[in-house]
Amino acid sequence: MKTVFVTVGTTSFDELIAAVSSPAAEQVLRSRGCRQLVLQIGRGALQPAPQYGPAFVRDVFRFKESLAEDLRRADLVISHAGAGSCLETLEEGKPLLVVINEKLMDNHQLELARQLHKDGHVLYCNCRYGAAVAVTLDAVLRSITVITVLRM
Amino acid sequence: MQPWFPPPGSTGAFFLLLLLPPLLLVPFVLLARRRHDRRTPPLRLLVVAGSGGHTTEILRLLSCLSESYSPRCYVLADSDKMSEAKIRSFEQKRAERFSNSQFTLDRIPRSREVRQSWTSSVVTTAYSILYSLPLTYKLKPDLILCNGPGTCVPVCISALLLGLLGMKRAIIVYVESICRVETLSLSGKILYYFSDYFIVQWPALKEKYPKSVYLGRIV
Repeated sequence: MKTVFVTVGTTSFDELIAAVSSPAAEQVLRSRGCRQLVLQIGRGALQPAPQYGPAFVRDVFRFKESLAEDLRRADLVISHAGAGSCLETLEEGKPLLVVINEKLMDNHQLELARQLHKDGHVLYCNCRYGAAVAVTLDAVLRSITVITVLRM
Repeated sequence: MQPWFPPPGSTGAFFLLLLLPPLLLVPFVLLARRRHDRRTPPLRLLVVAGSGGHTTEILRLLSCLSESYSPRCYVLADSDKMSEAKIRSFEQKRAERFSNSQFTLDRIPRSREVRQSWTSSVVTTAYSILYSLPLTYKLKPDLILCNGPGTCVPVCISALLLGLLGMKRAIIVYVESICRVETLSLSGKILYYFSDYFIVQWPALKEKYPKSVYLGRIV
C-alpha cells in the first residue's frame, strides 16, 4: 500500500482536499503504510503545501494533460464523482473511493456513485463531516491491505 | 409637437401580438422534427464541448466516428480553458489516422456557470442564443452532437430557429452524460423535446423518458 492519488478533475472541491490533507487522514495513511499522497487539486482555492520527508511524501498539482500515469502508479484512488475521473480510474482497474461533492446542482453526483457502488465497482462517502473521510479511508486501506496479503 | 404614446392598456396587447406568430409556429416546428431528410456523407458535424467530464465523454464518443463526419466544428464556452487542449490533442491523433481530417474551434459566451442562480441564467442563456445564431448560420451543420453542458442549449435552439426559417435543418443528437442515472440534467430536460435522437445510458431513464434511446454505456 504505497501511493494514494486524489483527483477532483477540472472542478474545485476544497472540502475533499481539506479532508485528505487533515492530520487525521495523514495519520491513517501513515499507519496503513502509505508512503506517498498525490493531490490533484484542479481549480480549488485550497492548496496544501507539498511535503518531502523520508517516510512520507505529499505531492500537489493542479492539472496535467493526462492523469494516466498518476492513475497507473496509484494503489488507491480517491476521486470526486465525475464521470471522466471514475471511468478512467476503473478502466485502469484501480480501487476507487468516490467522495460526493454535495454542493453541486441537485447533488447529482450521488446518482453515479450510488449506481457504481450498487454494481460493485466503488465505495463512496461524502465529506460533510471531516472525520468521515478519514474513517472511510482507514476501512478502505485496511481491506486493500488484506486483499494484497491474500494475493501474496 | 406631442410625442406619441400608445393608448394606456395597449402595450400588453402590442407585445402579445408580437409574440403570437412565433408561438403559433411552435407546434409546426415540433411536428416538422418528425420528418428526416436524407443526408449523404461527408456530414458537417457540430460538437458542443462542455467543461471537464463533458469534453472527456464527447471525445470518447467521437473516437468511434468514421471519416464521413467531417469537418468537426467544436463549439466551446469562452470561459472553458481546459477543453481546447484536449480537443487539439484528440484531433492531432485523428489526423494521424485519417488524411484530410478537418476541424474548427469556436467559442460562445457561457450560458450558465456552475452554481449560478436560475434567474440570471435565463438572461445569460438568452444572450448566448443571440450570439450562437450567426455562428450556427456560418457553420451550417448537418448534425449536432451534444452531451449536456449548458452551452448546448443555446446552440441547439439557434439551430432550431435556423431550421424554422428554412436556412439549414440540422439533426440534433443528444447523449445524456453517464453521470445521469436516475434524473436528467437541465439541458437534457429541455432538449428531450427538441432533439431528433435522445440517448440515455442507464435503464431507469429509459423508463422515465420513453422517447429516449437506450443502448447501454456508450462512452
